[in-house]
Amino acid sequence: MKILVCISHVPDTTSKINFTEGDTKFDTTGVQYVINPNDEFGLTRAMWFKEKQGASVHVVNVGGPETEPTLRKALAIGADGAIRVNTAATDGFAVAKQLANVVQEGGYDLVIAGRESIDYNGGMVPGMLAALTNANFVNNCINLEVDGTNVKAIREIDGGKETVSTSLPLIIGGQKGLVEESDLRIPNMRGIMMARQKPLNVLEPVDATEETTSVQFEKPAPKGAVTLVSPDNLDELVNLLHNEAKVI
Amino acid sequence: MSVLVYTESEQGTFKKVALEVASYAKAVATQLGTTVTAVTINANNSSELGNYGVDKVLNVNNSQLDKFNAHAYAQVIKQAAESEGAKVVIVSSSADSKYLAPLLAVGLNAGYASNVVEAPSNTSPFTVKRTAFTNKAFNMTTINTDVKIVGVSNNSFGLVEQSAGASSEDFSPSIPEFGVHVESVDKASDKVSIADAEIVVSAGRGLKGPENWGMVEELAEVLGAATACSKPVSDLGWRPHSEHVGQTGKPVASNLYIAIGISGAIQHLAGINASKVKVVINTDPEAPFFKAADYGVVGDAFEVVPKLIEKLKAFKAQQ
Ligand SMILES: Cc1cc2nc3c(=O)[nH]c(=O)nc-3n(C[C@H](O)[C@H](O)[C@H](O)COP(=O)(O)OP(=O)(O)OC[C@H]3O[C@@H](n4cnc5c(N)ncnc54)[C@H](O)[C@@H]3O)c2cc1C
Ligand SMILES: Nc1ncnc2c1ncn2[C@@H]1O[C@H](COP(=O)(O)O)[C@@H](O)[C@H]1O
Repeated sequence: MKILVCISHVPDTTSKINFTEGDTKFDTTGVQYVINPNDEFGLTRAMWFKEKQGASVHVVNVGGPETEPTLRKALAIGADGAIRVNTAATDGFAVAKQLANVVQEGGYDLVIAGRESIDYNGGMVPGMLAALTNANFVNNCINLEVDGTNVKAIREIDGGKETVSTSLPLIIGGQKGLVEESDLRIPNMRGIMMARQKPLNVLEPVDATEETTSVQFEKPAPKGAVTLVSPDNLDELVNLLHNEAKVI
Repeated sequence: MSVLVYTESEQGTFKKVALEVASYAKAVATQLGTTVTAVTINANNSSELGNYGVDKVLNVNNSQLDKFNAHAYAQVIKQAAESEGAKVVIVSSSADSKYLAPLLAVGLNAGYASNVVEAPSNTSPFTVKRTAFTNKAFNMTTINTDVKIVGVSNNSFGLVEQSAGASSEDFSPSIPEFGVHVESVDKASDKVSIADAEIVVSAGRGLKGPENWGMVEELAEVLGAATACSKPVSDLGWRPHSEHVGQTGKPVASNLYIAIGISGAIQHLAGINASKVKVVINTDPEAPFFKAADYGVVGDAFEVVPKLIEKLKAFKAQQ
């Protein structure tokens, strides 16, 4: 089985979010970048397929040279090879177009992407990629088993879960549950050394038009001070929630 | 040319988000000087949609569509959009709508903006405000394509009632073959889901262990709320993963969010910040959650929560 894991390169969850150039650009000063958490679960699941069932695992990112340390980390965790499509990731559709080209050229059976990336939260790349490549698609995937070309998956739905059957070629939008938090791997020294020898191919982009354009950022309005209520006066809390906030 | 809105139902009844996206569609249609057409799939009584600004309903009734299938539903909505010549298609941010919207976008060659929180600030260029960086910021985005899809963030626009009637007609799209088949659905029908809940009661590591969740569930029951938890609580196995909220868990956009024994780490707050009113109960007055909350009680959850349950029961009894 040939597996491709899509890796989005995102600011660490503790990053302060600031903007520059008249609030049109994300300020990267002092920001640490990581593998998008949803993709990290997917990458670990891919490693299990490789170790338990035999599979090759490649990772891909659409982005500039600054994303290479994130791809190297994925190689250190155990991916066999990495691909970077050399263009800025500005629009979900344009990214999906680039990925579709990689998937078709590489003949991948299973593409593991994340439910959403935690920067722009588009939640659109995997579905668009599935539509562009005519593959089956399971979103919010929390469990995935492949037997030959048959697939059993569980997906999270609002208020529960759903078990589905499908077949390869398949694209998933994955999340925690594919593996547990405690299964995530921290690259060790040997992995890091080996990653240096592994191929990281840079591909030039295919033509793709941007369907959406980010024009401006805004920070949420600052929050007013909290109203404290004494634990001995909870009637007051009920009163405030009813009469002031009008939420009960 | 009308604005098309996909109004979701569950077992024939419209979800609350369906009425919200209908209200949103009406606002867009007013801006564009056009009407609203809704498409429903196996809904029982679509006349209700008129109260939220829908002028015309395309009713699809087909037993093949009894279970949700993203590919097939996207095809149905695509055909409805094409038959109406719709240039703007509105969907919700339910798990199902977020699943089908990217498929629909490719099908219609449409640009798609998700997590949109306001009516367009401009219709030419078509500009919407969406959340980004998991609610740590907003992003103004233009959709450049001829056909546009807007995914409305749950509980952001609200319901806007109108007094008008909707005409309705049957619509029979062609249904594609399914590549993904639902084998079984496991859903607690007696519990409110986090996505649909008006009120969410959430608890963290401050509760010490899973055996102490009885009072959380009781508080939720009194309020008709969904229960949620912080990430470590689900990682420790005290509560199911489906309750994990935050940046890497489920987003919460309820009217009221009550956080019990949760410190208020940045990743937690990011995911719940879209909630309108936040209450924190924590022993530590320095807990970061107090900076993000509207109301706070500095106190021991094991004393405060049972008392609060009593007070709320008394309040509900009076109502
Ligand atoms: C990549 C990444 C992603 C993350 N994503 C998420 C996420 O999506 N969601 C999330 O929640 N976290 C997330 N986290 C974890 C986050 O950083 C915090 O560790 C976590 O939110 C803390 O959970 P907590 O508040 O339950 O526990 P703690 O931080 O241990 O806080 C417990 C609180 O309970 C209070 N307390 C103790 N006893 C009592 C009592 N008797 N009564 C009342 N209060 C009491 C304490 O004062 C304390 O404030 C993420 C972390 C990382 C690194
Ligand atoms: N620039 C990118 N390069 C590679 N994969 C990406 C990129 N952007 C998004 N993805 C994948 O698509 C998923 C969903 O991203 P998004 O649609 O941006 O929320 C991510 O979790 C990744 O798996």
